[in-house]
Amino acid sequence: MNPILQFDQVVKTYGEHTAVDHVSFEIPKGCIFGMLGPNGAGKTSLIRIITTITQADKGSVLLDGEPLGGRHPSAIGYMPEERGLYKKMKVGEHLMYLARLKDLSKKQAKHEIGYWLEKFEISDWWNKKIEELSKGMQQKIQFIATVVHKPKLLILDEPFSGLDPINTNLIKDEIDQLNQQGCSIIFSTHRMEQVEEICEYIVLISKGKNILHGKVADIKNQFKENLFRIEFDGTLPDSLRPHLQIQEEGPNSVTAKMNDGFSSNELLEQLLQNKLHIRSFNEILPTLNEIFIRQVEGDLQ
Amino acid sequence: MDKLWLIIKREYLTRVKKRSFILATLLTPLAIAVFILVVGLIFSYEGSGTTRIAVSDQSGVLDERNIKADAKTTFNKSSEDIEQLKQKVEDGDFDGLLVIPEIKDIRTSRHTVYYYYDETPPDLNLESTIRSALRKNFREFKIRELNFDKEALKALNTDIELEPDPINGSTEDASSMTSAIGAFLGGAMSFVMYMAVLIYGMMVMRSVMEEKMNRIVEVMISSVKPFQLMLGKIIGVGAVGLTQLGIWIILIPMVYLLSMLFIDIDPSQMPVAGGMSPEMMEAQIDVEDIEYKAALGMAELAGQNWALIIPLFIFFFLGGYFLYASLFAAVGSAMSDDLGEGQALTLPITIPIILAFYIMIVAVQSPQSNLAVWSSIFPLFSPIVMPARLAFSPPLWQIILSVVVMAASSLFFVWLSGRIYRVGILMYGKKVTLKTLWKWLFYKA
Repeated sequence: MNPILQFDQVVKTYGEHTAVDHVSFEIPKGCIFGMLGPNGAGKTSLIRIITTITQADKGSVLLDGEPLGGRHPSAIGYMPEERGLYKKMKVGEHLMYLARLKDLSKKQAKHEIGYWLEKFEISDWWNKKIEELSKGMQQKIQFIATVVHKPKLLILDEPFSGLDPINTNLIKDEIDQLNQQGCSIIFSTHRMEQVEEICEYIVLISKGKNILHGKVADIKNQFKENLFRIEFDGTLPDSLRPHLQIQEEGPNSVTAKMNDGFSSNELLEQLLQNKLHIRSFNEILPTLNEIFIRQVEGDLQ
Repeated sequence: MDKLWLIIKREYLTRVKKRSFILATLLTPLAIAVFILVVGLIFSYEGSGTTRIAVSDQSGVLDERNIKADAKTTFNKSSEDIEQLKQKVEDGDFDGLLVIPEIKDIRTSRHTVYYYYDETPPDLNLESTIRSALRKNFREFKIRELNFDKEALKALNTDIELEPDPINGSTEDASSMTSAIGAFLGGAMSFVMYMAVLIYGMMVMRSVMEEKMNRIVEVMISSVKPFQLMLGKIIGVGAVGLTQLGIWIILIPMVYLLSMLFIDIDPSQMPVAGGMSPEMMEAQIDVEDIEYKAALGMAELAGQNWALIIPLFIFFFLGGYFLYASLFAAVGSAMSDDLGEGQALTLPITIPIILAFYIMIVAVQSPQSNLAVWSSIFPLFSPIVMPARLAFSPPLWQIILSVVVMAASSLFFVWLSGRIYRVGILMYGKKVTLKTLWKWLFYKA
């Protein structure tokens, strides 16, 4: 199966500034993919290349195995971070307009919009003017406008910024549902905790360069530091201490990094031999945030 | 193409359906009508009530007893003593007393008369009424006394009519009204052009700016090409302009005529009454002459080569609109929230428009001058200057050259603006100068 999107040595410059610098990665079909990076890292430039707003100067981008071209916008749904609506238009008119621009026929558009309005229980908004809606309401309309044409690939740029918790959950559920129906989703953000929750794969962009990409679980494993947290009753046997670099020690707990050649099983065995009552034993994996900071700092040096 | 059509439709319909558009379109002619009415009423206002003036004529200038000086003023000649008449004025029998002393020297152009009043001195209106009535009577009196031949005197008022005739028989024959009518027609067309380019061009610019500020533009251009969006907007707004102009072309003359009926004065008289000094009124306007000139003018208008002028006007209208509206769109795309900074960018566009307007004013006076000819070919001026020359039947090569240059350059400017637009709409928070715009031209898409 083709990946939904393949970047190969993509370069994009604006004048003197290189926004995207030889970036390569793949997005497997049907996954939720996180595109991470600080503001100004080049995420938006990459997205604009995917949405055919701009074109790469060098390198190739394949969508479902085909080079990106003029027909593709209708296969893509894009919700930019800064999103607006025509304030003077009515909800129905507006959605019809955007749907028709995505190559839906009048009938299809009407049908799909009806479906979504009903789903969000806002069918009676058809004749309401956008400017009469609250911000949260407008965000629902924006979301509908993004997905109304059933895109193969959905690109959400900071989708939750400015959303209240209720709408955040609503949109999250919808994203999950769309994903289960086979829609691939690119989720661009600088907020790592959201990515850990939602995404299966990520790419890390900094200063226009791809500094890390892959499965979230693999990346975490790759960056793990053999850090464990043990909670127990009793005292930690001294015989263990040479094997550990203790980072934090409480009366009944310890957080420590294990020295090389010492495995978690050996640690557990020794603890059990010492008749300690173990209440919990966890490996502490680095958060994406930590990995990210480490990588970006490493990148700086 | 489908998408372009959708964009045009939206741009057109949202504007035409707006209440402010409907109001402006319908109220403008109405406002003009109200203006005409008010101005008409003001000028037809001549004070309240009638004025009766007693006249003590010691000169014999007035030959009739009662003279109606105008609709509201009468002279009553009386042989009574001045003191008695003064008393009558004080009693309120008359509003004033006019004393015309004996004429000592008939061969002078200066005569003094006296006006005695009780409460109110004569206002300007009354003064001019008295003056013009007396002037007429003095004239008659002097003609009588000095034994002048009336016809001979009339012949002194020479009116020269210049009849242009071509030596070459093939050239169109011009009448004495050709220049006047040409200037009127050309000026009118150019003025419409000037207003349309400015108003609707600015409308395009504002709308582009709003879309950018509103951030809808990024959603839009993930579905359509920026060029389509820009073109759709320009065409849509242009169609709005044509709709508005069309409605006005029908409504304004209608409303004008209706309001004329309502205030019941001859339209040709109204501005005359307002703008002419009594002296000019005195220079007896020959009614027949006016009618003759009007007929000549109408004939001249009817004789214009409309089959050429109308399509050319529409062509220059569209060409000029596309050229300037696309430039306005480019500038709109480069603007940020800061309107003051935008001003610096719009100025380079508005200056040629305003320059063209002034050149047009000169061009209607001398349509074959070098300035007029070359300005009507230069694409930034030609949409405004060329229509002004059309009524003067310019040489064919100039028309063709101007049309070709216009067509080529409006396409060029639309393309050029498209290149700036596609970069501009995605640039936020940068201070944009003309130099930046220049750089954007060469960005790769």
